[in-house]
Amino acid sequence: MDKVQLLVALAAALFALGLLGVIVRRNALVMLMCMELMLNGVNLSLVSFMQQTGEASAAVLVFLIFVVAAAEIAIGIPIVLLLVRRKRVLDLDAYSDLKG
Amino acid sequence: MIETILLAFFAAMALVSATLMLVLRHPMRVALALIATMLSLAAIYALLDVHVIAVFQVLIYVGAVMVFMVYAIMLIDVRDSSFTQRYSRLIVPGSVGFVLLLAILVHGFIGEFNELPTAAGAPFGVKTFSTVFLNEYWLHFELTSVLLVVAVVAALAILQVGRNRG
Repeated sequence: MDKVQLLVALAAALFALGLLGVIVRRNALVMLMCMELMLNGVNLSLVSFMQQTGEASAAVLVFLIFVVAAAEIAIGIPIVLLLVRRKRVLDLDAYSDLKG
Repeated sequence: MIETILLAFFAAMALVSATLMLVLRHPMRVALALIATMLSLAAIYALLDVHVIAVFQVLIYVGAVMVFMVYAIMLIDVRDSSFTQRYSRLIVPGSVGFVLLLAILVHGFIGEFNELPTAAGAPFGVKTFSTVFLNEYWLHFELTSVLLVVAVVAALAILQVGRNRG
């Protein structure tokens, strides 16, 4: 198996594992971390494609994804703090009364 | 030869610790598994000669994002039903979707990138990166700073709402 193929398969596996974690885990913080894992998978795929094509714009895109991840955590954790302050529970099933 | 072995080793490390993230119970252990995944990815980037991204990965992801996450986990130490029961009732459809998505992604990627040759060139250094970044993509760079300011203001606003209600 080629090097780039191995890395792209790893990137797909990381993305799918992160998505599975967001779907099946109950803990809000663990779900946030699984979203970070999905972003990492996308980054790895971008870097592997950059290895193949030599495009420098992929590195710029990776940098922008870093910034988006930082902003996501900076907003996501205060929201989780707010939820926990209200009910003292991290299990997102307890918040199903937020359904419209 | 040794590079290929190291690459396979770190790829296996990343896969194993990402799988551990779904299995471990305590959020702190999940965070440590995620840090292990990110460090293995940084090692892979370094092996691929993209040192800029490897340094960013360690500094921004492990140094900033995950430290913040670990603080939040220590702040919110709640032992509730999500601690005793790890998985929600979506575990069966979620796993089926996982297998399908992985099969489709790997099949598509492996078929597509079979014949493309690997581009040979100078290693991707900080000079190339910053020239491209600040010449061609300066608008995106400025928009990035706007995004970060908006994120900080939004975080403060969220906490203010919580203070008024609670």
